[in-house]
Amino acid sequence: MTALPPPSKKKLGLVIDLDTCVGCQACVTACKGWNDQGYGAPLSDMDAYGSSPCGTFLNRVHSFEVQPEGAEAQIIHFPRSCLHCDNAPCVTVCPTGASYKRAEDGIVLVNESACIGCGLCAWACPYGARELDGEAGVMKKCTLCVDRIYNENLPEIDRQPACVRTCPTGARHFGDLGDPESPVSRLVAERGGYDLMPDLGTAPVNKYLPPRPKDRDRGAPALAPLSDLKATGLAGWLDRLLEKI
Amino acid sequence: MHPAPSVILFTTLSGAGFGFLACLSLGLLPATGWAAFFAWGLAYGLAVAGLLASTFHLGNPQRALRAFTQWRTSWLSREGWASVTTLAFVAPGAAEAVFGWPTGDWTRVTGLLAAAMAIVTILCTAMIYAQLRTVPRWHHWTVPLSFLSFAAAGGLILAAPGAYAALACLILGAVLMLQFDRGDRQFALAGSTLAAATGLGPSVRPFAPANTSPNYIMREMIFQVGRKHALKLRGLALILGALLPAALMLTLPSGPVASALAFASYLAGAFAQRWLFFAEARHVVSHYYGQV
Ligand code: SF4
Ligand code: SF4
Ligand code: SF4
Repeated sequence: MTALPPPSKKKLGLVIDLDTCVGCQACVTACKGWNDQGYGAPLSDMDAYGSSPCGTFLNRVHSFEVQPEGAEAQIIHFPRSCLHCDNAPCVTVCPTGASYKRAEDGIVLVNESACIGCGLCAWACPYGARELDGEAGVMKKCTLCVDRIYNENLPEIDRQPACVRTCPTGARHFGDLGDPESPVSRLVAERGGYDLMPDLGTAPVNKYLPPRPKDRDRGAPALAPLSDLKATGLAGWLDRLLEKI
Repeated sequence: MHPAPSVILFTTLSGAGFGFLACLSLGLLPATGWAAFFAWGLAYGLAVAGLLASTFHLGNPQRALRAFTQWRTSWLSREGWASVTTLAFVAPGAAEAVFGWPTGDWTRVTGLLAAAMAIVTILCTAMIYAQLRTVPRWHHWTVPLSFLSFAAAGGLILAAPGAYAALACLILGAVLMLQFDRGDRQFALAGSTLAAATGLGPSVRPFAPANTSPNYIMREMIFQVGRKHALKLRGLALILGALLPAALMLTLPSGPVASALAFASYLAGAFAQRWLFFAEARHVVSHYYGQV
């Protein structure tokens, strides 16, 4: 059914820390690796060794540059996957009922055996989180690793999304954003976590944590102190000698 | 947005087809026998060809019937129901005209219902686009208005060549100008910026892309070629789609020849407009790819 369920109490989602993400793409690879072998059609690569390869990914990392006023420019790495929106427009546009939001935990999924591959849900998503698989012709999207987080065959430490589990800097956090006392909710409150494109009314569950402000520009080049180094010993004698010539 | 030929064909042909079916069902072209067979056949053909074309871009067309299940929420599903209902209501009138079956007064009732459902079908098609907040140019009342105007002009050119058809073409021209004008402002009005997309403040700019060769999102939703020739195509759409057919409707003696010439011009104009409708439309996801 593509009507949205009443807002669930439990809202599972991700919190992505733009301060600590180093853009290593480990989550992209881990996501593709895990989702290639379990839930639904594998994420295909078309023309993988040809001149115009095109693959299906559920998570991609962009890089942006910001120039804070009076401070050094910064590169911000920006992972982007489905935000499991509370008011998901991708669900209501679906003509077949393949796209749905789970009433129990708010995860947005695609029932691939009902999907006709019309692509309308990908048009309706503002965040580019849905990609039609070139091989299977069905819509693929982040499943929040629903086949890991409840999977009792996995050791407890692995019962979290592949991207979260793999991130070497701990920039991705998984939890219940519907519970204000959960660690992820507290993190969002502490760090001023925010929504992407809030004006569109999608009410994303996933939140982004802003980069922390960096040191102010001190007026001199950051490496200036290094040029003052006094050489000692043989190097110092050479230095003084060469200066006299 | 990528202007897929199947969707351009679908929306233009089925729009004209349902417009023509509505006119026929209202009795605007009193024909019998072979003439009726060709007229109703053409109308059905256009409508059905358009619907079939729309299945060409599906990843799994064999499951297309499932698209009838979600009429409560999905405009695409509603469109399916509306078009099938229209085609059913059209049948008694067509049978009466073509085969001369005496069906009595109730074909008037089914004719009225058919015309009403044809309008509903066209509105549903338009709403598939107009509902999308992610494509600000489409998210506007001029979109259903222009789909309706196209259907009215196409239907009247075929069913009732003459002054009314000319008027419908001129109205279509005015609606197109309004649609172009309003559409141009929508993206800025929607407040869609990279800053809102990333939450990184006004100084943010793209640095490195997420992938080195185009992916599905970029192929499907980021299309920039069309904007270069936008002005020329708008001119073509206006002249071929509205002005020339209007002139032909007013000058040529009313009949099949006038209809055929004007309809050919109208279709060429409709293709140009519909191609541009997609090619010019910017999806908010373009921000992430630095290709706004
Ligand atoms: S991010 Fe996109 S795909 Fe995910 S729930 Fe929101 S609208 Fe749907
Ligand atoms: S592509 Fe599949 S999931 Fe998306 S709207 Fe179409 S049928 Fe529904
Ligand atoms: S939660 Fe799972 S499916 Fe979603 S982005 Fe992370 S690894 Fe991919």
